[in-house]
Amino acid sequence: MHSSTRGGRSPLAHYDSIFKTYYHQNLECGPAKLYLEDALKSLFVPAYYIFLKDSRSELRTRYALNALFMFVVTALSIILFSLGSEAVSSDVLSGILWVVIFFSSMSGLSRTFVSEEERGTVATLQLLTRPTPVYVGKLIFNFFLTLSLNVVISLLYLLLINNFVIQSPAIFWTTIVLGSAAIASASTIIAAIIAKANTKGTLYPVLSFPIMLPLLMTVMNATRLATEGAFFAEALGEFQILISYTVVITTASIVLFEYVWKD
Amino acid sequence: MMSKYLIGKAIVALWLTLIIIAGFAMPMVPSPQQWFELPVIPVLEEKARIIFFHVPMAWTTVVAFFASMIYGMLYLKTKNMDYDLRSVSAAGLGTMFCILATITGSIWAKFNWGSFWNWDPRETSIFVLLLIYGAYFALRSSLDVEEKRATLSAVYSIIAGVTAPFFIFVMPRIMTGLHPGAKGDEGGSTPVAQLHMPANMRVVFFASLIGFTLLYFWMFSLKVRSARLEFKSQKL
Repeated sequence: MHSSTRGGRSPLAHYDSIFKTYYHQNLECGPAKLYLEDALKSLFVPAYYIFLKDSRSELRTRYALNALFMFVVTALSIILFSLGSEAVSSDVLSGILWVVIFFSSMSGLSRTFVSEEERGTVATLQLLTRPTPVYVGKLIFNFFLTLSLNVVISLLYLLLINNFVIQSPAIFWTTIVLGSAAIASASTIIAAIIAKANTKGTLYPVLSFPIMLPLLMTVMNATRLATEGAFFAEALGEFQILISYTVVITTASIVLFEYVWKD
Repeated sequence: MMSKYLIGKAIVALWLTLIIIAGFAMPMVPSPQQWFELPVIPVLEEKARIIFFHVPMAWTTVVAFFASMIYGMLYLKTKNMDYDLRSVSAAGLGTMFCILATITGSIWAKFNWGSFWNWDPRETSIFVLLLIYGAYFALRSSLDVEEKRATLSAVYSIIAGVTAPFFIFVMPRIMTGLHPGAKGDEGGSTPVAQLHMPANMRVVFFASLIGFTLLYFWMFSLKVRSARLEFKSQKL
């Protein structure tokens, strides 16, 4: 394998040690005893290990996290400079918040698949497990990455921009959580597609924006409601759209991922 | 084989000629008596004639989009390259009709609503459809291997297709808009705008919908046949 020439542990050995536990368990079961529990296990156990592998490699290198944090700081300071001492309505400010969130997601979330292509580890993953667990694992990783990113962005935004006052925190934080799930579900499948293309970086926001627009409009509307101090029940319609959007995109992605993943 | 296309072509040409004549020439009078007379709609007046051309264009865009998506699904199922040729042909025509619907609507909006673009929900939806077509072709041009290009663009069009209901049904409900059927409209907000039209106007309108759909199928068959030839000549 060409990977052994890179020094340190080869990726193959790394994946092998991660998946060993799961595969030994599964061999003892035998195919005859494949009940629902086993079916779920055969999906979520490898997905969990994919998630674990991605989180570990991310926490070790902090490649995406550092770059993303600096991206957020840069974007927010540009906004602060451009606003100056202007009093801007909270409508505009809740829009700007999601502009920052959209572009930081676009700069960070494609890495899960692009890095596999760049390191040449796609074939290894294909050998080790079926496509669906790969997708689910990457989706969970992207969800936690987006969620932590969005929480950081929101806290910094609330701290730095004085006019942006949240009257109903329950609506705001529910929007952040559901919005992160929706962004993660849409961006994961698009990331899988663009990882195979030639112009990865520019193509990612181009492909994602039309898909994400209904979601962005909904979260902007919900954030506006949060700044106006609406009751939680008033934002339920928005939350229903976000949940159905996430479910629809994730289901379609699980069905379609197989075609993207297999060469 | 040849004569079948000729007859079809003749029918489409004749049908659309009649629609264009009817759409432009049927007189608008305050109180219609004859079968060919249309009523004058206050405010809209002669500008009401856009409904015979603009709405069918937008309709054809949606038909083309779903045709492209369904051929994409068939490609994924069979891996037959011919379905990819059909999918890309449908998308190309859809882009053309989308641009036409946007331009006609925009010119009309200038004279009726006061500006070329108002970010009304339906304007937003057609803008997003344009972006989806643009992204579809951008994706295709950045993939070199034929099979990969066919597979990934099919996947993308399906993903875009499953989000379409969110635009068509959800977005116009949330925002107030200028088109019929939007939130705040007297006729009530419905997913498909209710038609408040006299019978003869309705006949021309639906005949135009059928005519534009037939025109789409004719252009589609032309485009697919030329795409097949191009594909063959590349293989040689």
